[in-house]
Amino acid sequence: MPRTLVVVGNGMVGHRLVQAVRERDQAGAWRVVVLAEEHRPAYDRVALTSYVDGWDPAVLSLPDNTFDHDDAVSLHLGDPVTSIDREAREVVTASGRHVDYDALVLATGSRPFVPPVPGRELDGCFVYRTIDDLDAIRERATQAVAARGGRRSAMVLGGGLLGLEAAKALRDMGLSPHVVELAPRLMPLQVDDGGGGLLRGLIEDLDVTVHTGTSTEKIVPDGDRLIARLSNGVELDLDLVVFSAGIRPRDDLARDAGLEVGERGGIVVDSNCRTGDPDVYAIGECARVGDMVYGLVAPGYAMADVVAGALTDSHADEFTGADMSTKLKLLGVDVASFGDAHAATEGAREIVFADALAGTYKKLVVSSGGETLLGGVLVGDATPYASLRPMVGRALPGEPAKLIAPVSDGGGVGVDALPDDAQICSCNAVTKGTIRKSIVEDGCADVAAVKKCTKAGTSCGSCVPVLKQLLNACGVEQSKALCEHFSHSRAELFEIARVTGIASFGELITKHGTGRGCDICKPAVASILASLGNGHILDGEQATLQDTNDKFLANLQRNGTYSVVPRVPGGEITPDKLMVIAEVARDYGLYTKITGGQRIDLFGAPVEDLPAIWKRLVEAGFESGHAYGKALRTVKSCVGSTWCRYGVQDSVGLAIELELRYRGLRSPHKLKSAVSGCARECAEARGKDFGVIATENGWNLYVGGNGGMMPRHADLLVSEVDKDTLIRTIDRFLMFYIRTADRLQRTSTWLESLDGGLDHVRDVVVEDSLGICDELERQMAQHIQDYTDEWAAVLDDPVKLAKFTSFVNAPGTPDPTISFRPERGQKVPVMLGTPGVRT
Amino acid sequence: MTSIDIAWLPVCRDEVLAPEHGVAVLLPGGEQAAVFRTHDGDLHALSNVDPFSGAAVLARGIVGDLAGVPMVASPMHKQHFDLRTGVCLEDPEVSVRVYPVRIEGGMIMVGSP
Ligand SMILES: Cc1cc2nc3c(=O)[nH]c(=O)nc-3n(C[C@H](O)[C@H](O)[C@H](O)COP(=O)(O)OP(=O)(O)OC[C@H]3O[C@@H](n4cnc5c(N)ncnc54)[C@H](O)[C@@H]3O)c2cc1C
Repeated sequence: MPRTLVVVGNGMVGHRLVQAVRERDQAGAWRVVVLAEEHRPAYDRVALTSYVDGWDPAVLSLPDNTFDHDDAVSLHLGDPVTSIDREAREVVTASGRHVDYDALVLATGSRPFVPPVPGRELDGCFVYRTIDDLDAIRERATQAVAARGGRRSAMVLGGGLLGLEAAKALRDMGLSPHVVELAPRLMPLQVDDGGGGLLRGLIEDLDVTVHTGTSTEKIVPDGDRLIARLSNGVELDLDLVVFSAGIRPRDDLARDAGLEVGERGGIVVDSNCRTGDPDVYAIGECARVGDMVYGLVAPGYAMADVVAGALTDSHADEFTGADMSTKLKLLGVDVASFGDAHAATEGAREIVFADALAGTYKKLVVSSGGETLLGGVLVGDATPYASLRPMVGRALPGEPAKLIAPVSDGGGVGVDALPDDAQICSCNAVTKGTIRKSIVEDGCADVAAVKKCTKAGTSCGSCVPVLKQLLNACGVEQSKALCEHFSHSRAELFEIARVTGIASFGELITKHGTGRGCDICKPAVASILASLGNGHILDGEQATLQDTNDKFLANLQRNGTYSVVPRVPGGEITPDKLMVIAEVARDYGLYTKITGGQRIDLFGAPVEDLPAIWKRLVEAGFESGHAYGKALRTVKSCVGSTWCRYGVQDSVGLAIELELRYRGLRSPHKLKSAVSGCARECAEARGKDFGVIATENGWNLYVGGNGGMMPRHADLLVSEVDKDTLIRTIDRFLMFYIRTADRLQRTSTWLESLDGGLDHVRDVVVEDSLGICDELERQMAQHIQDYTDEWAAVLDDPVKLAKFTSFVNAPGTPDPTISFRPERGQKVPVMLGTPGVRT
Repeated sequence: MTSIDIAWLPVCRDEVLAPEHGVAVLLPGGEQAAVFRTHDGDLHALSNVDPFSGAAVLARGIVGDLAGVPMVASPMHKQHFDLRTGVCLEDPEVSVRVYPVRIEGGMIMVGSP
């Protein structure tokens, strides 16, 4: 009989606990009951501000948060625990549910602290902690704009980390925010005066008004608006106010149950996260451990792991304190603070680089003799953070100033200097040693593999550059060489071909490679040449570069026959065209199957039948579906607003337009897309390389999704844009991918491996940070203009047609080794034995 | 080749087979050969049957070189075969049959015992 673990709270830390217990509880000793106050399963609160980008709660969902397929976990949403009876070992919920427990974990998090400002309970005053909070703020902001138009204004009370996040959210909603902070500088906990001053300048440049050293005396209603009077005499005329003046642990349940709570709040626990009652634990922001309350997610995760270890007797580490380092991008400004940022250690000394022109401020705190790194503050450019943070408390490898000096002076620190027990990923507590082991012993050969194996880099991502350095340092020379014939990466070869205009493989390998090429570099170069628009892929030498699929414009199957897939844009097809496909399939004896991409695959065609099959298809108005190419496959669609009662836009129309726009586009790997006509997402657009979801006001574009072996939800790139902007952004995105990805790298892994990830892509294709958008668009325009149907061109060219024979000495004779047997009314291949050879 | 009596079969005109292409040939006994021309004009003939998959497809593979060895890559699962010996580069215990090949009167000829 399994024992019952009750978890109160389904926030980030509570969820982590359940996952860790389920991972480690091999014996099935526990059944887990999760009681949650919020109405949605655990989501990424750290990323709360990004909710404003698309108002799509699904984007924030934490992985596996519904436990649909896990019978050992039952999750009750929207039913908070109201009391604990420790005697009876049961909890009672708001709905009246009684649940017995053998072990109880409190993971109730914090509540925002609202200072006793008169007027704080007025309509239009909000806090900033949950998705529901943001929805409420949005509603108020929308009403204000609707009622009065123009740019509306808001006040954020509190200029700490969360206050600035709130200011960003408000700005993204189209409001002009004022930030009011009591301390003399912004982010007083994390940065010093110097950093705070620079931060203020950078943030004021972004249309945020900052009032420091100021308190709010009162808020009074003025019709449906609010007036705030500040202690510096300023009066602000506002549409809404967000309180963000710190957080307080939610410890009332524990207090009422007679458990000890700290003087300044927080459920008191020991280093095993146990309260005074051995069956009750507290973790995350509600816990006080070692007389500290941690307001960050990483220490909470560490506590969850400690408790999961204790419950499953796996390894019961103790919680020994945590790193309070933070790195964030606030309103586009990098801010990082780590270790003893305020030089509180006795004898600590500071080294400061400030560059007001470049907008960067960097400070290191070192021990009195300068031999040990104690902490630091970085504003404007936080690149050194990833390598500096793991060095805190350790001997410095050299002159401290060098570590933050501009890189051109040989600054920066190498990963070599770090010992094995240095923590590289502080979110998931992964050390350099663990990462090295994954590379050296478990054979992880790239960042994606290391992430998967160690979890490093999977939360905030700030350590990804260090993962790359470690791969290099371990000699997994992240060799960018395409193969033995080219020492270049695909992206470099693309640039060579683009800039020099070299249009043949022969010339490219003679000038830039060695040998004669192979099945790796030839198709890769063929794809590059095709992306750059060099005529038909079977012209001249190009025919020798193509994989068999491209060579025969069909997909090779296991018995040497091919399959044929005509394009069906958006999955829309007339009955007449359906009949043509049916007749062709019947006349040539082809096995037919509906594909996942909303078209029809016809199997079992020997090479010599392909031209005749395609002749019939082309005559009926079909064209190549490029199912055989590393190229755009399909743009799936749901039925959209034309028929669907819920649809808000014409998804079929857009899908067809996109499919016709990008058809034939050769790329580093196949490209899949989909368009959904509403948020119900029936087209599964978020599993695609680029997916579009309709909203009431426009289109959301998601990129980097994948299904298959490595599923990945696509990330939101732009939201609520009109169709022209959407298409322009996709043009740029695709061309940027085609230029810079590795061979056979899908957009999902490309995005994961890019330094800066999605933000970088957004900088390049939305903000045009590299100034290449015009050119990317031009290239796409050229592709669209040059597009012709590959199959129609083959049918018109006797030289190309002549290649479609099984035997050069017996054209028209089919390959006698091919045979079929019937199965469920169709034919399927019979494989002849291959004596003497292992398969 | 151990056999002394080689029957030569005309396959196609020399110019039909361009460098780094392959063609499949149906031999009188029903066997299939794949004839390749490397970049320097040399001709090679191997069995057309990929020993790993059993499918008669080698003639449709990409022709090139690996560490200087002229090779064809099976289009099925990308194993490489030495065009001169038929030996699989990934697994030397596996090989495909080699056929003699020559040009006579502008015709490519494949020999079979
Ligand atoms: C805007 C924002 C930005 C942030 N940025 C960062 C950052 O950059 N880095 C960082 O490390 N941290 C950041 N944080 C903090 C981080 O989100 C928290 O540290 C983390 O969520 C704590 O997890 P938790 O599970 O302890 O609490 P929570 O995530 O708050 O979860 C507690 C859950 O318990 C529920 N609950 C409470 N009482 C009950 C009850 N009686 N019964 C049932 N359920 C109950 C609550 O409704 C809540 O869902 C940020 C927070 C916010 C709001």
